[in-house]
Amino acid sequence: MAWTQKVLRINLTDGSIKQEPLNMEWARDYLGQRGLATKYLTEEIDPKCDPLGPDNKFIMTTGPLTGTMSSTGGRYSVVTKSPLTGCVACSNSGGFLGAEMKAAGWDMIIFEGKSPQPVYLYLENEKAELLPADEIMGTSVWAADEWIHKKHQDPLIRVATIGRAAEKGNLYAGVINDLHRAAGRSGVGTVMASKNLKAVAIRGTRGVGNIKDPARFMQAVSDGKKVLHDNAVTGQGLPKYGTQVLMNVINEVGAMPTRNMREVQFEGASNISGEAMHEPRESDGKPNLVTNAGCFGCTIACGRISTIDQGHFSVENKPEYWDASGGLEYEAAWALGSDTGIDDLDALTYVQFLCNEDGIDPITYGATLAAAMEMYEMGAIDKETTGGIELRFGNAEALCRVTELTCRGEGFGIDMGLGSRRLCEKYGHPELSMTVKGQEFPAYDPRGVQGMGLGYATSNRGACHLRGYTVASEIMGIPEKTDPLTTDGKPELVKAFQDMTAAVDSSGLCVFTTFAWTLEDIAPQIDAACEGDWSPDKLLEVGERIWNLERDFNIAAGMTAKDDTLPKRLLKDAAKTGPATGRVNDLDQMLPKYYEVRGWTADGVPTSETRKRFGLKALSA
Amino acid sequence: MTIHISLKLYASLSDYLPDDVEGNIVRIELDDSATPHQVIDRFRVPRQEAHLVLLNGVYIKPEDRDQSAFNDGDTLAIWPPVAGG
Repeated sequence: MAWTQKVLRINLTDGSIKQEPLNMEWARDYLGQRGLATKYLTEEIDPKCDPLGPDNKFIMTTGPLTGTMSSTGGRYSVVTKSPLTGCVACSNSGGFLGAEMKAAGWDMIIFEGKSPQPVYLYLENEKAELLPADEIMGTSVWAADEWIHKKHQDPLIRVATIGRAAEKGNLYAGVINDLHRAAGRSGVGTVMASKNLKAVAIRGTRGVGNIKDPARFMQAVSDGKKVLHDNAVTGQGLPKYGTQVLMNVINEVGAMPTRNMREVQFEGASNISGEAMHEPRESDGKPNLVTNAGCFGCTIACGRISTIDQGHFSVENKPEYWDASGGLEYEAAWALGSDTGIDDLDALTYVQFLCNEDGIDPITYGATLAAAMEMYEMGAIDKETTGGIELRFGNAEALCRVTELTCRGEGFGIDMGLGSRRLCEKYGHPELSMTVKGQEFPAYDPRGVQGMGLGYATSNRGACHLRGYTVASEIMGIPEKTDPLTTDGKPELVKAFQDMTAAVDSSGLCVFTTFAWTLEDIAPQIDAACEGDWSPDKLLEVGERIWNLERDFNIAAGMTAKDDTLPKRLLKDAAKTGPATGRVNDLDQMLPKYYEVRGWTADGVPTSETRKRFGLKALSA
Repeated sequence: MTIHISLKLYASLSDYLPDDVEGNIVRIELDDSATPHQVIDRFRVPRQEAHLVLLNGVYIKPEDRDQSAFNDGDTLAIWPPVAGG
């Protein structure tokens, strides 16, 4: 049945560790991973709880296809209440940890309470122990990972850990696994730190069996892999250029958020693009990109492994950064680059390494730095605040220095750890925070991609591209081309992407498969692996149920329709260049219709009929 | 009338740029009656690989690529099927 049907429940307060059966009734309604863990979270915590208090829970969760031979079937997610947004958080990561957790025999690990001392979990199949972590507190992700491998003398252990930023209270710290894969957004690492849980180390040797119909599963998987191979995006574009292939595309269409979203095109975009990562450097003749890399079971392999020019100022006399490591993805390159006005590829790569080394979300970090730069240039903060750093747009040295401080939680880096909303409020300019529900925007300016504006405004975890990636349709023509500058049909398009993505995020598969796969390709794999009848329609129903459940969690946490909005800059200040010149995001033309197609009231609340349709109940008083 | 435009070929299509070009951009001369397909054919880019065709950032549908489209100083940028996120 693909699920292991086992949940590991760990009470960190008293140190008890228990095994319990997976709630299969819920699994049939929520599939796994994002959906199923959100159901557990919703049932077990008060949505109004302090996200950094002991009443919040921290759930690591796999999907039914995690650890199987399905292409990209290595995903796991962290589900908790976010300290950055106050909303439900679900951060999804690749690498190898998820498959290892499944091979150890677990669908889900639920951490509750707070440990009185720093600990890490060592999990080897059924053997689970909380061990002292005093020696690795205050160390980076990379140092903690190395220490755990040496201590247990097993190179095959997979480790997920937090770095120094999380321990210092940075509100957008992630959980890094396999050194440079991240459950990155919404501060899930900060929650882990609040529980005195430094790391989770897993060794699984059981494999993943229990497939409902093995022969049919193998055929469905084989068919799916052929589709990925034969598709130009998943078979050629992503392996060669990674997500960074988008840098020039998005700049060309005038949707590149630049200098804290004051502009929509960046003159230095080509210097930090996927194509630039292939160009030989003048100094040593080597390109930034060493190779691509794949996560567990992935036949796409979009990951970037990069090096920094050893003569670059950022790594001069720092040989620890001279080796190849996880390089720039588009989202990081945009936030660290165009949003700060910096087109120094080596500097951005160094900062990406630091984000991995100490576990911070480069999107929120880059956007927060951009807001700080704007405040610095207007005089709202000065060198006394920054510790003498000239925090101007385009200053690559400032970028590197502030990142070092932020990752270690020192000096001005403590302020930076607040995220842009709290930082801008602290210094009297809340209007300069480019966020929705407290989370920073990803890499598509919604003045140039109208549907994404609606997607950001209604995303259940704050501004996010991975909750409904309408860019695929509006810019790239996947599955079919729509006009990025029109609002017509966008409510329906956004809803369709949101529901489909929620289902994929609950399966154990990577959402990048959907550049080639439809649910017609995914459903047969799930159906052959899992008990039940998993048709494309059933998956869409599950996705819509998850979306409504997340919405109800957020409503109960205190969110209202007033939070479904965008910063005034994007609603009032028109784009000055490119195809979107003269345009703002016309959210008001889309939001009422979106509520209607969702089956929500005009105030954005699921109607009783909608809840009944999905077997939900109101969570709020 | 002769006009000049900038042609940008990205990702795997950069292989179709002349060898002496730096970066992904080449300035070309053409008649103002030229069509996007004529430019695509001139650089031997297989039409089926010219998936995302943008004139000054605006998408040109496949069915419109045989119509005159250019003004002096325009930018035509072309990609194969790409995506990311």
